[in-house]
Amino acid sequence: MKYSYYPGCTLKNKAKALDAFARVSAEALGFELEEIEDWQCCGGVYPLGTDEIATKLSSIRALQDAKKKEQDLITVCSACHHVLKRVNDDMQQAGDNCVRANNYLKTEEPYHGETRVLHFLEVLRDRIGFDVLRDKVKTPLTGRRIGAYYGCLLLRPGSVMQFDDPENPTIMEDFIRALGAEPVIYPYRNECCGGYISLKEKEMAQRMCENITESATGFGADMMITACPLCMYNLRRNKKQALPIVYFTELLAEALGVKGEVE
Amino acid sequence: MNAAKNQAELIREISGVHPLKCMKCGKCSAVCPAFDEMDIKPHQFVSYVQSGEIEALAASVSLGKCLSCFACVERCPRDVKPGKLIDAARQLVIRQRGNSYLSADEIPQLLDDEMPQQLLVSAFRRYRR
Amino acid sequence: MQRIGVFVCHCGTNIAGTVDVKKVAEMAAKETGVVHAEDYQYMCSEAGQSKIIAAIREKGLTGVVVCSCSPRMHETTFRKAAEKAGLNPYMVEIANIREHCSWIHKDMQEATEKAVILARAAIAKVHLNTPLKPGESRVTKRALVIGGGIAGIQTALDIADAGYKVDIVEKTPSIGGRMSQLDKTFPTLDCSACILTPKMVEAASHENITIYTYSEIEKVAGFVGDFTVDIRKKARSVDMEKCTGCGVCSEKCPSKKNPSEFNRGLGNRSAIYIPFAQAIPNVPVIDREHCTKFKTGKCGVCAKVCQAGAVDYDQQDEIITQNYGAIVAATGFDMIGLDKYDEYAYSQSKDVITSLELERIMNAAGPTGGHLERLSDGRAPKNIVFVQCVGSRCSDARGKSYCSKICCMYTAKHAMLIRDKYPDTNVTVFYIDVRTPGKNFDEFYRRAVEDYGVNYIKGQVGKVFLQPDGTLLVQASDLLDNRQIRMEADMVVLAAAIEPNPDARRIATMLTASIDTNNFLTEAHAKLRPVESPTAGIFLSGVCQGSKDIPETVAQAGAAAVKVIGLLAKEKLTTNPCTAKADELLCNGCSQCANVCPYGAISYEEKQVNDHGIRETRRIAAVNNALCQGCGACTVTCPSGAMDLQGFSNRQMISEVDAICR
Repeated sequence: MKYSYYPGCTLKNKAKALDAFARVSAEALGFELEEIEDWQCCGGVYPLGTDEIATKLSSIRALQDAKKKEQDLITVCSACHHVLKRVNDDMQQAGDNCVRANNYLKTEEPYHGETRVLHFLEVLRDRIGFDVLRDKVKTPLTGRRIGAYYGCLLLRPGSVMQFDDPENPTIMEDFIRALGAEPVIYPYRNECCGGYISLKEKEMAQRMCENITESATGFGADMMITACPLCMYNLRRNKKQALPIVYFTELLAEALGVKGEVE
Repeated sequence: MNAAKNQAELIREISGVHPLKCMKCGKCSAVCPAFDEMDIKPHQFVSYVQSGEIEALAASVSLGKCLSCFACVERCPRDVKPGKLIDAARQLVIRQRGNSYLSADEIPQLLDDEMPQQLLVSAFRRYRR
Repeated sequence: MQRIGVFVCHCGTNIAGTVDVKKVAEMAAKETGVVHAEDYQYMCSEAGQSKIIAAIREKGLTGVVVCSCSPRMHETTFRKAAEKAGLNPYMVEIANIREHCSWIHKDMQEATEKAVILARAAIAKVHLNTPLKPGESRVTKRALVIGGGIAGIQTALDIADAGYKVDIVEKTPSIGGRMSQLDKTFPTLDCSACILTPKMVEAASHENITIYTYSEIEKVAGFVGDFTVDIRKKARSVDMEKCTGCGVCSEKCPSKKNPSEFNRGLGNRSAIYIPFAQAIPNVPVIDREHCTKFKTGKCGVCAKVCQAGAVDYDQQDEIITQNYGAIVAATGFDMIGLDKYDEYAYSQSKDVITSLELERIMNAAGPTGGHLERLSDGRAPKNIVFVQCVGSRCSDARGKSYCSKICCMYTAKHAMLIRDKYPDTNVTVFYIDVRTPGKNFDEFYRRAVEDYGVNYIKGQVGKVFLQPDGTLLVQASDLLDNRQIRMEADMVVLAAAIEPNPDARRIATMLTASIDTNNFLTEAHAKLRPVESPTAGIFLSGVCQGSKDIPETVAQAGAAAVKVIGLLAKEKLTTNPCTAKADELLCNGCSQCANVCPYGAISYEEKQVNDHGIRETRRIAAVNNALCQGCGACTVTCPSGAMDLQGFSNRQMISEVDAICR
C-alpha cells in the first residue's frame, strides 16, 4: 500500500527523528510513504476565521496532489494533521470559500475534499490493525509504563477530527499495548501543553506542562510519548522529573526492531 | 457607536459564531487553561460581542493568551465556541497595520536551540498578519 | 342550485381590526347562489348562532359559509347550530379569515382582499357539498396501559375504579418503574417506596386490573374503540401460580454476579431473581442470558431447592391477544448515556455517578445499605460536588435541547438529605439556573441553601480530573465571582438529562402515534388536548409525553384516565364521515392506496360490478370508515383517480382553487 506523505517543516529539521522513525517503521510494516513533491508549510495552526483563504492554500495543494495520485494522505505531526484535516473538511463544505480557493488555484479540476487525511496512528489502527502490529513486534516493550500525551490538536474539535473520543481517547493506549508496554491513563493527557504560547508566555507553558508531567508520573508513568514536536519541546523544557519523552514513532521503531536503521 | 456595531458584526462574520445562542453556563471559562491570565474571560467575550463593546475586546490582553486549544469549542453545550470569537477579535486587531503581537525584532532573544520551526510558524500566524 | 348564507364574524377587533368585514359580506352577497350575507361582532356567541339558525329557517338555506376563525376552533359550534335548524352539519364550511388573514396581515386593504377570496373559495366548495352522515362503531370496554410505572399504575387505578377492565403491560419483571428506585421524594421528603408500594398492591389486588409483567407489546391493529393487541408474555421460567415467593431459589443460585438493573448496575443479583423486595408480582424470573442451566445445561439448583416445584426451564413465550377500546402509553424514561461526556470522567471513576445511582446508594435497600460511601474504596465522602444540566439544554450534537425539569429539585433534595444525615460533609452544587416552578419548590431549594448550608455556585464544571491519591479535582467556573475554581472532591454527582424510554419509538410506530425529534410522544394539542395523542383512542401518561415530576405525572395519569373513561362510557362512537371512498368503476385494484395508508384502513374485496352493462367480478379497494382518518394520502396516490375523500373531493378542491384564481 502506498500513501502520500506530508512530513511538514519541523520534521525536516528539529524533529527529524519523528520522521525517520516513521519511515523505517512504515517499511517494516509493509507500507510505503511517498513524499509529496514541493510541499509547502501548512502554517502550523489552523486559520479559524471563516474568511481565511490564502492561509489554507498550501494545505489544499498537498491534498490536491494526493487526490491526483489517488492516495490517502498521511501525516505524522499532530499540528500538520490538524490543519490538513480541517482544511479538507472546509473544502468538503461546498461554500463560497471553497469556490474562491479553487478559483484562486486555477486547477483543471476543482478540489472538494476528496482526499482522505490519515494520521500515522490511524493507519496503524484502521489499516494495519493493532492485532497485526502486535504480531509484527520483534522486541516487546514489556514492563514499561508509558503515558500517552495527546494534546489538543489530534482530538479537537472531535466533530471534524474524527480521530477518537476527544474526552476519553484510547488509540495511543491501544498502540502502547500492541507494543507490549503498559499504558498509563492520566487525566491531563488531552490538556493543552501551551502550544505556541510558549514563545512569549514561558511561565504559562511551564505551569501547564508541569500539570501534565506531574499527572503522568503521579499515575506511574516512567516515560511519555507524543506525536507533536511542539508538545515535545514544551514538555521536555518544563518537566521537573527525570521523565523520558519520545516520539511515538521512535517507540514503534524500537519495538519493530528497526530503530538501529536510523542514524 | 455605529463603528462598534459594525465591528461586532465583523467579529460575528469572521468567527461564524452566533453569540445569542449562549445560555451563559460558563463552561468555557471552566475549561480554559489560560483563564487566570485573561482580563476578559472566555464567557465574557460572548457578552462583549453581544453588546458591541469591541474597543475593550480589542485592547484585551486575553487575545494574546488564548491557546486555541479548542477546549471551549469542544465542550460548549450551545455550539457558541468562544475560542472562535476570541480568534476573530484577534484577527480584527492584527489585520490592521502595525498591530501585531509579535515583532520580528523580538524573535532573536526568544529563540533557543531546541525550539521547533513549528513554534515560530504558529506564533507568527496567530500573532501577526 | 344551493341557497347559501354567508356569515362574517368580527371576532371583536381580532378580525374587524384588519379586515373590512362589511365589505367581505357585501362582496360575498354578489356570488352565485348566495341569498343571505351578514356580519356580526361574535358569530360564535349565542346571539350569533341564533342569526345563523334564523337565516337557515327563514331563507331556506341549503348551505352555510362562516367567515371566522380556524375550523379547529369553531367548526363544531357552527355545525351544531346548523343541525339545530335542520340542516345537515356537513353543509357548513368555514373560511378562516382570522389565522389565515387578519392575524398575519397588517394592511387592511390587502387583508380584506384576501378575506373576500377565502370566502369565495368556501362558497364554491359549498356548492358541491353533499349531506354526509357519520357512521358508528362499537366500543370494547377494556383499556390497555403500556408501562407499569407510577404513571401507568395511577392511570390503571383510576380507570379500574370507574368500573372498567384494565390491563397493564410492563416490560420488566415487576411494576413500580423509576419511582421504585427512588429513595425520597421532593418537596416533602416522603419515602418513595412508602407511597408507591400501596399503589402497587392496590393495582395488583384490584378486581378490574390484570397485570402482565415481563411482557411486551408485539402488535397493534384496529382503531379507536376496537384495538386488537398481541402481548408477548416472555418466558419467566417460573410458574406464577405455583411460586410462593419464598426466595430460596435466588439464595441458592450459584450465578450471583450479574449486574442488578434495579441498582443501576452498582450491585449484583443472582440469575434467578426478584428485582426488589416489594416487587409485584413477588415471583422471580430467570435471566436466561446469565443462567448456568441455560448457558451450559449443567446446574438446575433452583429447580431442586424449589419446594413448590415452580421452576420451569421449558416455559415458552406466550402470545396473548386481547381487544381494547383505548390504549394509554405510559412508557416512561431513562437517563441518557454519559459516554459522550467523559470530561466528567464518568466512565473513568467509580466515584463519578449519576443522580439515579446516588438514589440507590442513599437507599436502605441499595448496594451500600443506605450508607453514603464511595464505590471505589468505601470511604465516606467529605466533599461532594453536584453538576447540573449534564446533557440537558444542549444544542450541540452531544445532548438534548430540552430542560429535564426534575434535576434542580432532586439535586436540592440530595444535597439537603446529605447535609442532614452527614453534617460534616461539604456539598457544592454547580448550576446554570435553579428552576423551581412548582408548589413549595422554591421554598424547598431555599431551605437547602439557608437551613442546610448547601453551597450553590453559579457556573459549570469544565472537567473532573482523577488524582493519583484517588480524589477528584473539579475544575469549574464561578460566574458571579468571575473566577475559575479548582476544588477537591471525593464524589461527583451528575444530573444527567432524562430521555424517553428507548422503546418509545417502536411503540409509537405500532400505535401510529406521532413522536417528536426527541422521541417524546406528541399530544393532540399542546394546551387543550395535552393527554391525547393525535391518533384517536391513544392517550399519554407520564414522561413519555415530556419531562415531568411525580406530582405532575400523577395528575396527568388521572387526566388520561378521565379521557379513557369518557371513551369507554360510550356505547357507540360516531365516526368522521369525511373518509375516503373508491369509485368501483375506476378502481383497478392496484394496491397503491393500501401501501400509503398510514392507518391500515384500506383492504380489498372481490366485488361484482356493472360496468356499462358488463357484469364482472373485480378486485376493488374497500375503506374501513372507522379506521380512515381522512388524511387523503390515498387520493393523491391513486393512479386512476378512483379514490376520493368525502367532504374534500377532488372536484371540491379544484373548485376552490378556481374560485381563488378567478
